[in-house]
Amino acid sequence: MRVSKRASSAVALGAAFALVASGCSSSDSDGGDAGASSDGAITIDGTQPEVGLVPSNTTETGGGAIIDWIWTGLVEYPNDGSAPRNAVAESIETTDSKVYTIKIKKDTKFHDGTVVKAKNFVDAWNWGAYSPNGAQNGSFFADIQGFDQVHTEDPDGAEGPKKAPEPAAKEMSGLKVVDDWTFEVTLAAPTAVFPTKLGYSTFMPLPDAFFTQGAEAFGKKPIGNGPIKFVSWEDDVQIKLTRFDDYSLNDKMKIKDVNIKLYQDDTAAYNDLLAGNLDFQQQVPVSAIAGDKWKNDLGERAISSTTPSTGIIAFPIYDKRFQNPKLRRAISLSINRQEISDKIFFGSRKPADSWANPLTPGAKAGNCTACQFNVDEAKKLLAEAGGFTGELVMFYNADASHKEWMEAVAQQVKTNLGINARAEGVPTFAVFRQNINAGKMTGMYRAGWQQDYPDVENWVGPLYVTGGSSNDGKYSNPQVDALAKEAASAPSLEASHAKYAEAVALIDQDVPSIPVYFGGQQSGHSEKIKKIELSNVGELDLTSVEL
Amino acid sequence: MGRYLLRRLLQLIPVFIGTTFLIYWLVWSVPGDPFAGKCGERPCPDSFVNMMTDKFKLDEPLVVQYGNYMKNLFQGDFGQTFGGREIGDIIATAYPNTLKLALVALAIEAVIGLTAGVLTGLRRNGFLDNLVLVSSLFLIALPIFVIGFVAQWLLGVQWGIVKPTVSSEMRLSELIVPGFVLGSASMAYIARLARTSIAENRRADYVRTAIAKGLPMRRVVGIHLLRNSLIPVVTLLGTDLGALMGGAIVTEGIFQVNGIGRQVYRAIITKESATVVSIVVVLVLVYLLMNLLVDLLYAALDPRIRYE
Repeated sequence: MRVSKRASSAVALGAAFALVASGCSSSDSDGGDAGASSDGAITIDGTQPEVGLVPSNTTETGGGAIIDWIWTGLVEYPNDGSAPRNAVAESIETTDSKVYTIKIKKDTKFHDGTVVKAKNFVDAWNWGAYSPNGAQNGSFFADIQGFDQVHTEDPDGAEGPKKAPEPAAKEMSGLKVVDDWTFEVTLAAPTAVFPTKLGYSTFMPLPDAFFTQGAEAFGKKPIGNGPIKFVSWEDDVQIKLTRFDDYSLNDKMKIKDVNIKLYQDDTAAYNDLLAGNLDFQQQVPVSAIAGDKWKNDLGERAISSTTPSTGIIAFPIYDKRFQNPKLRRAISLSINRQEISDKIFFGSRKPADSWANPLTPGAKAGNCTACQFNVDEAKKLLAEAGGFTGELVMFYNADASHKEWMEAVAQQVKTNLGINARAEGVPTFAVFRQNINAGKMTGMYRAGWQQDYPDVENWVGPLYVTGGSSNDGKYSNPQVDALAKEAASAPSLEASHAKYAEAVALIDQDVPSIPVYFGGQQSGHSEKIKKIELSNVGELDLTSVEL
Repeated sequence: MGRYLLRRLLQLIPVFIGTTFLIYWLVWSVPGDPFAGKCGERPCPDSFVNMMTDKFKLDEPLVVQYGNYMKNLFQGDFGQTFGGREIGDIIATAYPNTLKLALVALAIEAVIGLTAGVLTGLRRNGFLDNLVLVSSLFLIALPIFVIGFVAQWLLGVQWGIVKPTVSSEMRLSELIVPGFVLGSASMAYIARLARTSIAENRRADYVRTAIAKGLPMRRVVGIHLLRNSLIPVVTLLGTDLGALMGGAIVTEGIFQVNGIGRQVYRAIITKESATVVSIVVVLVLVYLLMNLLVDLLYAALDPRIRYE
């Protein structure tokens, strides 16, 4: 889950359905040669990456977008949301969802001219997983056998005085290089969704130069294997990219140069867009959405898209007051999501009606019965639950634009249920997350989820399984855990998705959190751009741009 | 004069140490764990937090951290940000940009403010006087971001006279609009201060004498009147450079100037005390030196002032 620094969450269209793990060589798409002859440059908006551009260490959107542009992974997620398809991978084969044999295409190149080999993947993953390297995305390798040998946990938490022990091994036992073009991955437990994950930026290959230069130097001048290569980076000002002419896979660039202007303020970027100083802005500022101003300003150049992200209000289930599912359901039923969508978001975000965002493969639309608006039922359930005494505070971080909708929700709960509810801002996201991480929330709180990779698993495992990485409310239902485990080890993605659907039905009964809205994105481009597509996470697909 | 200068310079040392420690301490008093919000809606892995804590020695007591910081500072090492950038580099790029913007603002406010002030001070209650009165009231009353957004939208987007944002080259022509916005409030104060000061001294004995002697008006105003009336204005202008640099945060944001404003804001949010302190240290020095310069200028303007 990348942290969006913007007011609104940024992400994508698209829904893939199932992953054909093997033999899915991506056929034609659009003839790659058309663009090779044409040149041209565009300027797009961006934000200063917080850390050097190393795939397994970048979690925020500013650097994440650039990594997605300059790297190509084993699989890639098509813009139209269809099934993930092989990119660098020639085939990904398995018989038991536990041991995967991955063959890669021969003679694809890194930007420094070296050939992408199997060991480049294995070395990169081992580096990311090795805990002393402190990669922010390190836990994504936890599926692989031997992860616990290279990644040690601090016995008393990061805050405590004790240090984490030195890992017993430097490399995961589950990774084996067979030859230059083949490697074998053994997982700790069967995981049907593993091939889908491989398109996430954490799993990108690293050239040998990474290991000779060191992460810090490499991050300032990254070398990827994608259609676009890195040129230069002037901190806080701009990052320049250019076409990689030796790129041999499908998505070739049709333009030549890309200048990413690093903005500190999205209104400044928007004004540049209007004045023709900027060619693409991924998310126009909130001020331009009110009254559809941006559509009037941009006309046909306004792009409205839905994104696989959901705005949620979470319950601290570790707090005794929120342990009754009837109370949680009552609060959820008392919220008029349609009204919030219309009045607060001007229709730019849709009312949520399912647990996993329906744009995600394996997720079903409309499976959140607790997301309906039913005041009578809500009152009845509240009475059965014994009411709610005291004040119900709903927290949000005040450094992004969450105030309006959180206040609207609190007001609805107050009006419809008679609970003394109010919204309260916490100054910064850091303070907000600190309280959540520490399990010290004294009321409900805003949360949000944007998929890391397109599969329903990403909407259940981290959020609702006991011990999940983002199960901050400490929700726990043994039946859900069991079903999720069965789903993960299912022989096929279809079977896996069926099990997740069962798990979601149980979650719907427990209401561990309240989905409120589905994400939307409002982008704009200049007159210079003739054709444009957004990726499955709403980023600009640079290879699609035609002038 | 020399002793006075030496004493003033020596005073800088305790002020320097006091301010830096205070800021260091204040940044750490702002609640929030620097690594709590880094990884989105999930806690960062322990391994990452541990590595950062070790690298920046965040588990040491505050005084030790401050001591380490000062030790490195005297060796010319400002340290690193959590993202791995050299703070020295940030200062070297951000400060000149902010200074350039502040100087443009200062020049604009001095020229426009003084002209308006002198003209209205000499001819009070005329049309021009009322015009300046109303427009300066307007500039003072409007928050700077309103002036900034309106100027950017009207001049940059609607009329297309200038580009809405400043490019990385920071050309002088691009800085005129942001400079005007940044200096607008002070410009109004300067006009009013100059007007009052001129109007008061207009009736002073030495001006009457000068006129009675038959000196040309240009000389009366330019040499006799202005020189005395400028003392309060120079005080304001001098301290204003520091204020403009510190207050450029909003203007820099609106016009996309890569200056200290964005860096300080980012560093406070991410609790990077070393960055905040390093930036503010330079700002404090600018304030102190400008104050000193103003005090020294008094003597040039009014020979009766002596330094002990």
